[in-house]
Amino acid sequence: MATQTSTVTTGRGTPTGGTTTAKPARMKPGRYLSELGWRHVVGVIGVVYAAFPLVYVFSAALSDQGTLTGSNEMFGTLSTANFEALNDTRFWTWVYNTLLIATITAIGTVLMGAAAAYAFSRFRFTGRRVGLTALLIIQMFPQMLAFVAIFLLLIALGPVVPALGLNSKLAVICVYLGGALGVNTFLMYGFFNTVPRELDEAAKIDGASHAQIYWTIILRLVAPILAVVALLSFISTFGEFIIARVLLQSESNWTLAVGLYGWVSDLLEAQWGLFAAGAVISAVPVLLLFLFLQRYIVGGLTAGSVKG
Amino acid sequence: MSTPHPPQVEAADAMAPGDRTPGRARPRRSGTSPARDFGPGFLVKLALMALINALGVWIVLAAWNVGSYGILAGMVVILLAVNIVYFSRRTLPMKYILPGLIFLFAFQIFVVVYTVFVAFTNYGDGHNSTKQDAVEFLLIDNERRVEGSDAYQVSVVEQDGGALGLAVVTGSGDVRVGTAEEPLRTVEDGTASDGRVTEVPGFTILERGAILERADEVTELRVPLSEDPEEGSLRTQDARNAYVFRSALEYDESEGVMRSLVDGTVYSPSEDGFFVSPDGEQLSVGWRVVVGAENFVTAFSDQRYAEPFVKILLWTFAFAFLSVVTTFLLGLFFAITFNDPRLRGRKIYRTLLILPYAMPGFLAALLWAGLLNRRFGFVNAVLLNGAEIPWLTDPTLAKLSIIGVNLWLGFPYMFLICTGALQAIPEDLTEAAKIDGAGRIRMWRSITLPLLLVSTGPLLISSFAFNFNNFTLVYMLTQGGPRFTDTSAPLGHTDILITMIYSVSGLDGSAPRDYGLASALSIVVFIIVATISALAFRRTRQLEEIN
Repeated sequence: MATQTSTVTTGRGTPTGGTTTAKPARMKPGRYLSELGWRHVVGVIGVVYAAFPLVYVFSAALSDQGTLTGSNEMFGTLSTANFEALNDTRFWTWVYNTLLIATITAIGTVLMGAAAAYAFSRFRFTGRRVGLTALLIIQMFPQMLAFVAIFLLLIALGPVVPALGLNSKLAVICVYLGGALGVNTFLMYGFFNTVPRELDEAAKIDGASHAQIYWTIILRLVAPILAVVALLSFISTFGEFIIARVLLQSESNWTLAVGLYGWVSDLLEAQWGLFAAGAVISAVPVLLLFLFLQRYIVGGLTAGSVKG
Repeated sequence: MSTPHPPQVEAADAMAPGDRTPGRARPRRSGTSPARDFGPGFLVKLALMALINALGVWIVLAAWNVGSYGILAGMVVILLAVNIVYFSRRTLPMKYILPGLIFLFAFQIFVVVYTVFVAFTNYGDGHNSTKQDAVEFLLIDNERRVEGSDAYQVSVVEQDGGALGLAVVTGSGDVRVGTAEEPLRTVEDGTASDGRVTEVPGFTILERGAILERADEVTELRVPLSEDPEEGSLRTQDARNAYVFRSALEYDESEGVMRSLVDGTVYSPSEDGFFVSPDGEQLSVGWRVVVGAENFVTAFSDQRYAEPFVKILLWTFAFAFLSVVTTFLLGLFFAITFNDPRLRGRKIYRTLLILPYAMPGFLAALLWAGLLNRRFGFVNAVLLNGAEIPWLTDPTLAKLSIIGVNLWLGFPYMFLICTGALQAIPEDLTEAAKIDGAGRIRMWRSITLPLLLVSTGPLLISSFAFNFNNFTLVYMLTQGGPRFTDTSAPLGHTDILITMIYSVSGLDGSAPRDYGLASALSIVVFIIVATISALAFRRTRQLEEIN
């Protein structure tokens, strides 16, 4: 560990902070250890802790044995057998379902949330204060707590509009969209307020309508928050379990969360390789998305309440 | 955060045609709006409105046909609102809010209100529908072959859609046909020979082989003689001869009671939605009735639920609290560690440390369920050299495991927000303290920590509220187990309230369905979460921003 630490610290790189301090190379070993060295030790331990399960699932996916026991030998064998075995299952159908549901939900959430935030931020109308307060209160009630009532509602809707009944992907999307306004409007509202009003007014004087201002000016300026909301919505829909589990009943309509749970819950030992391969495939896109858009997500997370 | 990036601008651009508001019109003369002149935007709007209205009217008609008047009323209200809002000049803000508002009302506000309603009923197995449905079901369920009735010679037929039906020839030579859905009716141009139907338009007569293949369906087939369920139905066991079956019960409309045709017992409706005879015998299926606060009483005092409920409630609080505390402390520790600008490779450490946060929660929980498996899991088999420690099956260890796994899942988030908060602390404050002669510890206690808690406080409270309902983690890791041994209810030591609601509702098939009790528990959780959030609500400055 010591060699690793020193290579990291003596490696080339520019200091990231603004303060100028003595270069680490000039520090005495004792002082170095108490000020910076221990941080590397903590860092390495932390990284092992954080990344180990991910490395493990990767190795299990590449193992040529599909069992839990066989996966314990890390990178003992490298084979794509588990990935190939996925083709004999409904895995790709679930991937398709999940991506479909999560993408449409993300787009719908952004469109509806942004439109509402625009109205609350730019127009003054009676009921505006009440509306905003109501949204704040509604945001406190997690929609999934009402899953029993949602289930019963869809039972009632089914005979009228089969597309909105149980076991329909469209119905699940609609349910998720029901939570769109409550959760995201406030996040967006705060960001919309940071765009100067003078811009709209200038455009208005030039003859732009409210719709033109919205689509061509405001939406462009708030693009970062749109990306954040779309991403957060995508990720939370991607991992949503209880509503999908209750509403989607036939295996061909399941999402990844429901399907992979099914593999592991009853035959943990036997289907472990399949699960690991499936987990790698489904985690990688989210992981990449997250790493690339990290900056935005961190900003978006803190924008809601951390001010300063 | 404030400068837009070109690709995202394009993304926002591409969304434009999908919305209802007329969007991509070119600049026009001052004083006009796409809503008022006939530009391309207006035409798009008109087309969309026509589509929505057509869809809405179709749903209204469908609801009328099925007799779902609640849905009908809801749809009419939505249609009226949409048309008023998008064709009036005075409702400008609503044009932007309405689409989201409709979904919000239908799938969030309504379902919460409906939860409250269901909580006061006995909705669940045995009480699934209205009294009328229950009567119909009971009449059909109690059908017996009418003694001494004639055998009908029948042919099994298949409707074009695939539904099975029966065709018979009446004494006067008429051909009659019906399915499970449609009662027997006379068909004009059917043909028959030897008292058996040979051809019916719209149906195909099934051959012997085809009948054998669907034997189960055929023996379960029940073709009503008429719309009135009391008339009875035709059923066949051998696909050649059918008999009239009639209910052993009779429903007395005027008095609202069931009467047995066998021995004349009168079953009158009871308060909890069953038909009950004077000597206490009740018919199998009931209907849902309002039972008042009974579900709440059950949750708090029924011996099957009361004790587990208290245990689960306490554990839910403990779990949510400990989750926040442990993840916050570890996240803060890492944030402080990597907050030294002299440290090389900070970015790499940060990126690697937040990896667990990017992992979808359900995958992480399932993954840890495998790692902690008693016999084959990596932790026991490799790290602990074959020790068979029951991580997920011992009551205490299972609780610790859940908190441990949640620590892994949750600390990166705390790390992120603590880093943000630490960096947001103005340097002149620490500078001033230094000049005043404050030591490291004093500065930390009097400046850093208070400022940190002020800015992360609301997030800690919402994290608490989130973990309070962290269904995925608990359900995927232990499914609430190990089970309580002192109750028959399907509940366990690591169940939190939301997983308890799921088990009680019976939607997973492990217990009889009890929507009423599940909804009552939901309301308890609603109240707790609302109280917690109200605290957060007071502390945030969001409310001030409304002005």
